Order: sequence, then C-alpha cells, then structure tokens
Amino acid sequence: MAFTQQHLLGIEALHPSEITTLLDLANEYAEQNRAGGPKAQPLAGLTQVNMFFENSTRTQASFELAGKRLGATVMNMAMQASSIKKGETLIDTALTLNAMHPDLIVVRHPHSGAVNLLAEKVNCAVLNAGDGRHEHPTQALLDALTIRRAKGRLHRLSIAICGDIAHSRVARSNIHLLGKMENRLRLIGPPTLMPAGAADWGVEVFEDMTEGLKGCDVVMMLRLQKERMDGAFIPSEREYYHRYGLDAAKMAHAKPDAIVMHPGPMNRGVEIDGELADDINRSMIQEQVEMGVAVRMAAMDLLAQNRRAARGGMS
Amino acid sequence: MTLLTNALLVDPVAGTETLGWLRVDGAIIAETGQGDAPGAGVDLGGKCLAPGIVDIGVKVSEPGERHKESFRSAGEAAAAGGVTTMVIRPDTVPAIDSPEVLEFVNRRATIDSAVHVLPMSALTRGRAGREMVEIGFMQDAGAVAFSDADNVIVNTKVASRCLTYARAMGALVIGHPQDPGLSAGAAVTSGKFASLKGLPAVSAMAERMGLDRDLALVEMTGVRYHFDQLTSARSLPRITRAKANGLDVTAGVSIHHLTLNELDVGDYRTFFKVKPPLRSEDDRLAMVQAVADGVIDIISSMHTPQDEESKRLPFEEAASGAVALETLLPAAMRLYHAGTISMAQLFKAMSLNPSRILGLPGGRLAPGAPADLVAFDAHAPFILDRTKLRSKSKNTPFDGQRMQGRVLGTWVAGRPVFGDLT
Repeated sequence: MAFTQQHLLGIEALHPSEITTLLDLANEYAEQNRAGGPKAQPLAGLTQVNMFFENSTRTQASFELAGKRLGATVMNMAMQASSIKKGETLIDTALTLNAMHPDLIVVRHPHSGAVNLLAEKVNCAVLNAGDGRHEHPTQALLDALTIRRAKGRLHRLSIAICGDIAHSRVARSNIHLLGKMENRLRLIGPPTLMPAGAADWGVEVFEDMTEGLKGCDVVMMLRLQKERMDGAFIPSEREYYHRYGLDAAKMAHAKPDAIVMHPGPMNRGVEIDGELADDINRSMIQEQVEMGVAVRMAAMDLLAQNRRAARGGMS
Repeated sequence: MTLLTNALLVDPVAGTETLGWLRVDGAIIAETGQGDAPGAGVDLGGKCLAPGIVDIGVKVSEPGERHKESFRSAGEAAAAGGVTTMVIRPDTVPAIDSPEVLEFVNRRATIDSAVHVLPMSALTRGRAGREMVEIGFMQDAGAVAFSDADNVIVNTKVASRCLTYARAMGALVIGHPQDPGLSAGAAVTSGKFASLKGLPAVSAMAERMGLDRDLALVEMTGVRYHFDQLTSARSLPRITRAKANGLDVTAGVSIHHLTLNELDVGDYRTFFKVKPPLRSEDDRLAMVQAVADGVIDIISSMHTPQDEESKRLPFEEAASGAVALETLLPAAMRLYHAGTISMAQLFKAMSLNPSRILGLPGGRLAPGAPADLVAFDAHAPFILDRTKLRSKSKNTPFDGQRMQGRVLGTWVAGRPVFGDLT
C-alpha cells in the first residue's frame, strides 16, 4: 500500500505499510544526503511555511533544511512574535496563511489537537511538528529509521521508552509506531510521570529501571523538562538521576548490543550519563539527527506527490 | 378553557402512564380523568402529556453575554423543548449577587421569556468565595436558591459560615462538588483515552473528594443542599448514605452525563467539552441506574450557551458547556427507548422532584396544579440540525445525531407557548 495521506498529523492514522513506504524513501534520502552534490528537486516551485507557536531550534532547522534540499521555497514564521500576540485565533491565522496559497505547512503548537484543528481549515498539506502532549510523528519516524538501520529490522524488538512519558508527545508517537510494527514495548518511569491508563495501551509498565531494561534491544530516553524537576513531579534532579538516569551500570541489564537513543536536547547528568551519550558504539543520538532530515524530506515529498495527484484528478 | 383529550397522561406522582384527558381552567389544571373525555377538545392522538420540565441550572447569559443567549432566545428554546420553568444560574457577567442585578434579571425575564424564570443567586460576592451575598435581601427579591455554580468555595471556613447563615434563612444551597486543586486546568477525565490524546485530565475521584467535604459541611451546618451535578459511580454510595443518615440533601445529573461518555470527544471535538468532563461508560451506566433507583433526584440540561468563537479553539483553550434546552427531552427519550428508565420516572426527575426541591406546586397532573404542560410524541424520529436550534448559541453535542421525541405543544400557566395544537 502506497502512502495515501493528505496530511501528516500523527502516527495513529498511518497504516504499517505507509510507514514502511515512508521509511524506504527516507532511507534513500539518507544515502543521498551522505553522498552530497546536486540532486533532483521534487519540491521545486512549491512553498513551505514553518509555523512554530512553540520555540524550537532543532526541529525547525531540520524541516527547513529538508525543504531546501528538495528545492522548496521555505518561509519561517515566528509565531511567538506575530498576530497571535495581538489576539488573533489559531483559525484566523490559518485562514490568513491559507489565502497566500502555500503548498506545505509545518506546524508546532503547545496544545494537543491544535494541528488537527488547523488542518481542517486549510487546503494545503499540513505536517505536525509536535502538538502539546499529543503527537510528534516525524520524530517517531526518524527514530524508527534509526532503529531499522542499526538493527536491520523494525519488528520483534524489545524497546524501552524511559522517563517523562506523561508529558511526552515523542513517547506517544513512538508507542503508536513501534506498536503498529509489532515490537514489544516497555514504558519505564516514576509513577508521577506515567500517564493514567498507560497499562491499557498494550505495553508493559515498569517503575524500576533495571527490571524494565532487562533484555532490551533499544533504550529510548526522553528529555525531562527543568520545570518538572524540583519537587513537583520528582523530588530532585539528583534523585531522578540516581533512579532513572541511564548510565553504564543500568545499561548493563539491556542486551549487550542494545542501542541508546534520545530525541534531544539532552540534559547530561539528569536523564543520561554524558559518557554513554557519546559512546559511538551504543549511542545513536547523532544518527537520529541525521535521519531527521531524511525522514522530513521523505514525508514532504510524499505529501507533495499526493497533493499533485489530487489536483491532477480534479482538473 | 382547554380540554386535551386522548392523551397518554404521564403522572410522575403515581408513576403511571394512562390514556385519558385533562381540562385546563385559566392557569391551573381543573380536572383529569381516564378514558373518554366528557366533551370535544384537542385530540392528542394518544401522544404523551406530561407536566412541564423544571430545569435547574440554565444559563441565560444575561447580563453580560447577550450575544450568546438572551431571555427571549432561551425562553423560545425552552418552550420548544417542553421546559416550562428555567431556574437560571448566577454565573453571568457580572454575577447575580446583588438585589440590583437580580431586579434587572427579573425585569428582563418578565418582558422577554416565554416560560417561567426563577433566578438563583450567587452564594458569595462575584462567586469569588470570600464574602457571602445578602442572602435575606436576595430571597426577598425572588432568589429561589444560592449557588456559586461551578466555582468551589475553597476556603472551608467561608463555606461553613455561608452554609450556617443560609440554614438560618431556610435557604437552599446548590453546589458543584469538586476538589478545586486536583481538577485545576483539566479538560477531560483522566484515563487511557485522555492520555493518548495528550489532554490535561482529572480523575473522577476529584468529585468524590469535593462531595466528601461538602457532605461534612452539610452535616455540620444542617443546611438544605442540592448537589447539582454528580457524574461518577464513586459518588453514589456517599449520597445514599447521607440520605439514610437524614441529611437534607438531593442530587442531580446533567443529561449529557447520562447520554454521552468520554470517548465522544473523539478527535478534539470541543462541543463535547463540558464541566465536569464526560466520564467513562461505566460511570454513565451507573448514573442512569442511579436515576432509575432514585439515588439521583433530578436530571437537568445544564444549558450553557457558548458562541462559535469560544469553541473554535484548541480543546484546552475552548470554553466548556453545551446548549440543551431543546435537546433535553429527546435525549432523555434515549433512556426511555433503551428501556432503562420509565416515562414516569423521567418526569419525576425532570419535573416533580425539581418542583419539590424548590417548594413549587408543579410537576404533577392533578387538579389545582399549575397548567404547565408539555405534549410530545416520544417516538417521532428526526436528525438534529444545530443551525435550527432556537438558542442563539448552537453548541450542541447532538448535531447530526438521530433522535426520537418531538414536542407537539407547550403550555405555561395555561397559555400555549409552543406548537399549534390549540
């Protein structure tokens, strides 16, 4: 089954074969990016608008680079400073933007569901670059591509997701994706950072890190926001690092060839030991950033193709 | 003089539905009887005739937000929905917390509303939970109950003084049980669904915590108290026990918590955002059973108009509430058609019990009772089109849904206010 979506709002709506199609293309782009030099530009003549209602440096840069490599005209709108501050609603902003006829809109918003709402009101392709605690589909896709390249497959793996699951859209998208691809998932974290009802998601839930990591092929760490550290959700940074920070000793419970991942930016010494993060034999963190550009190129390429097909069909 | 014949008389006092007739004289019911009528009248063709609905907790949005709903539009919606008395909420802008505002409300209601309007007063000034309102003056000006609506009085000392004073005045206090700390910022009920959608959520346990505190305050002060919206199974044993212990308490539930559950929110549909949030299916079923068993005394619409602008927002930012004056009856018919609650029980919960709680003579089909009546076809099917609602705001969760139950005629104090039967 080919990739049939008009938008990329989340992983939940994707069919496993669509995920495979997207990852296959992303893998080609990854190789092409490594080779360097001039390439075909399938998005030439198209306009991509990045709307980030929440600060982001890494994701926005990754989307911008992906668009430019494919030949799109990329515009960044700093939504923090724009009309939202003047009281304009999200829908009005979307309609204003829509009137300028962009082809692709990349949106990040602090509220869950906001990107879905926006996608209903515009007639271009919308890519979710993270909405509240809901989904961050391109992050899950780049994680999946990283795992597939490192492990040679994306099924029947034991994968642990550790840390602040409750506030993480990365965790939710990964749970959807890795579950659809038939992996065994474990969520590890303190109960205050574990979402209610997580045990009903078809995953195993652990409060103890060493127990949860036993026999894992992949260990995915999540970022812990500074404002959640001091007594609100966990007693302190140092107690968290002691119990849930990933270091060589805890990692020894996973499989000998297990890989370590982190969506970045990292808090060294809070959720992950600095040395482990830099271990080129285990840490995939730099690879993840690289795959990020490739996955976003593939996603935008496929959405642009579907858009062209839909328009061709109408005329 | 109106004679209504060949009507299925829904009698919530006797708990019966019998074919018969009813004669109205002026503003009161003069006579009723079974079987054939003593003369020619308006033939209802075997359709239902019931006492009009007394709806505790309607928000009219006057003063302050007349663009959302006015006494005229709310009155028309009520008439079309078989609601003959709206007991209106004080959570307006400004709050109904002084005799002057109450006088404005009474005047506007008298001029514009097609149905009876009974106002509630805030319990504390500005519903801020600090100083009590002039309870005596508000009673003199016509306030039938005192409530800070969905604001909880956080300071227990303030709450206990308000309830003690209210008890001395014989006032009815209506409250919304909720632990304000735990429920702060929540948009939905916590659980598997809310967590997947990434929405800020609260456990239904927050309701029981609030209920436990408020029941202790009722026991301490002896005040007459009505819990306007209970929504979770865990609250029910508390209410049962409080009643058995002789506390003067009653409990209500909104029609939305009886007919919808948390999964209806689906893909961030803000018309399903209500307060308290929709609960699990287990809770919904428990609440339906509690109405059937009489643990829950009343069903209300919790009519809360919100304009498009306050709903067309990301779910977390969107306003809470749903309009329901016109959909209360057909939604309640779902419970009847599902076989879980009888017609007479429904009207006990929608008409008789609210009248009793407020000390009103209505809610019955008996000689001498006010001729506030609704005639309806319990089976007539239709698909709800929200644009056709009479409310100024169209924020109904039932848009596009198949429903059964159509109002044929509504009478307020013997006067027809809806339908063309007479």
